Amino acid sequence: MKRLLIPLKGDEIAPRFDLAPEVMIVTVTDDGEIAEQRLMVMAHASPESLCELILKEKVDVTVCCGIEEEFFQYLTWKKVRVIDSVVGSCERIVDCFRTGTLTPGTILR
Amino acid sequence: MDSNEDAWKFSIMTSSQSAKVHGLLEQPIALSQFINEAPIGILVVDPELRVVLMNRALEALTGFVSSEVSGVPCCFVLRTNLCLDGCPVKNLTPQGGSICLESNILNKNREKIPVRVTTSALIGEKGRIVGYTKSVEDMRYLQKADGAGGRFSFGNLIGNSPEMQRVFRLLPAIAQTDSSVLITGQTGTGKDFVAEAIHNASQRSRSPFVKVNCGALPESLLESELFGHQKGAFTGAIENKPGRFRLAHNGTLYLTEIGDLPLNLQVKLLSFLDDQVIYPLGGSRGIHVDVRVIAATHRDLEGMTRQGRFREDLLFRLNVIRLQLPPLSQRGQDINMLIDHFLHHFNTRFRKKIKSLSPRARKILLEYSFPGNVRELRNIIEFAVNLSDGDTIRSEHLSTYLKTPIPVQVEAETNPPIEKKEIVLETSHNSLNLDWAHVEREMIMDALVKARGNRAKAAKLLGLGRSTLWRKMKNYLIVP
Repeated sequence: MKRLLIPLKGDEIAPRFDLAPEVMIVTVTDDGEIAEQRLMVMAHASPESLCELILKEKVDVTVCCGIEEEFFQYLTWKKVRVIDSVVGSCERIVDCFRTGTLTPGTILR
Repeated sequence: MDSNEDAWKFSIMTSSQSAKVHGLLEQPIALSQFINEAPIGILVVDPELRVVLMNRALEALTGFVSSEVSGVPCCFVLRTNLCLDGCPVKNLTPQGGSICLESNILNKNREKIPVRVTTSALIGEKGRIVGYTKSVEDMRYLQKADGAGGRFSFGNLIGNSPEMQRVFRLLPAIAQTDSSVLITGQTGTGKDFVAEAIHNASQRSRSPFVKVNCGALPESLLESELFGHQKGAFTGAIENKPGRFRLAHNGTLYLTEIGDLPLNLQVKLLSFLDDQVIYPLGGSRGIHVDVRVIAATHRDLEGMTRQGRFREDLLFRLNVIRLQLPPLSQRGQDINMLIDHFLHHFNTRFRKKIKSLSPRARKILLEYSFPGNVRELRNIIEFAVNLSDGDTIRSEHLSTYLKTPIPVQVEAETNPPIEKKEIVLETSHNSLNLDWAHVEREMIMDALVKARGNRAKAAKLLGLGRSTLWRKMKNYLIVP
């Protein structure tokens, strides 16, 4: 079971982690099925609040586009895997994650 | 201008890379020739704001290569705060004009860079908007200039100790020259910050600062990363790659962990330093690039040269200006200054209201040796700020290892002997201004204390043979 968090802007991944207005939290079972999917609206966009949410929600993997080094290091230190510089729609990113083909820098056109 | 309007036609080919300008000069010329040499980043997007082309300066700023992001919405490449707050493109009309806004971008290297973005519409023959250009100017050099000149800081470096004041005095002078620089110092002493500060204070500050970690990539990839490759040079080389040297054209190339650069690439680097020409993999012609090289390492390059692991001639060329950064343990009261600085930084970041450290916690930190230097201190404060729930950091908020002294023998084994040798040398040189015999005697004594009297270990720390150490001990009347 893995909990995945994707900062969103509309249906697509947000260009920046620190300015994402909403996030999608997806729970994926070991055999790649989606057990739960939730959309959360951030009260205000802030990287600190997002880090706090990631830890509170016990997220295992964060998929984002642009992220600052200090937040990347912070999450990594907190044992959260960060896959950054990813571009694409939320749906395709989740599909890619389920098949184990999502890597940093993946561009899903 | 009206009579020439027809001549100003861009003939955009199927591939943006081969776009040509017709009618301007005697023969069609590649658009990339125009924009690649510009010192500011230029991006061309279509009406749907998808990337068509970007120049080399923008590639260096964003970390993306134009061909890999072709067709991708520009907000995922530039990543400015304007992309989410409201793209200025919406306010442009076919009547022309441009919008200039200050913003910041988050690049692929996870750096937040202040920029000035000027957006203009490209109007087609029928008066419709056919695309947009965005000029992106790196504003770091301006901000650095505003902040420069503080007594206790330079760029991102802070300190009040005589050692750091000496560094701050040297940096502006180093920045004004165009010679190669070699920055040495233990891990965590701020070599990267110094390199960037030199670039930002130099005349090259408006051009790219490109960083390459020579130890982070395997040899085969590193060559292509540094010098670029031609399409078809090897399996998987499906397109031309400019390489970091070309991306840093007119700017600074910062080679960190230069001691880890493989020998065959040392030859190529040497060749570049000689004639400023690079030879991409698979290419038959050399390309001239104007790049200042700053190299850094925590290794003892002189020792590596003696062992045949680093080319002596390369060391001589890099060593035009040598800057040795002091370890934190030699920076005296800077530790207090840095503790307060990081406390303030993490207070803001984690929205905490910690006012200070308890006297006992501060004493533990002041007595610690900080083998990881400023980086380690920063991590310790970050850890403590996270753990503390009141307004004071107490000793129980500090990592346990700080309160448990590590045996000297373990320390000597985990750290590279070369680095330990550097510590010994620095302590002696900086603390006393005496003749060599006295300094050498002190170094031997210091090494023996560190090795708890074990002469083999002391010799290793000093980089001497056991018999040489024995002979010197006899000369200096050090009783075994």
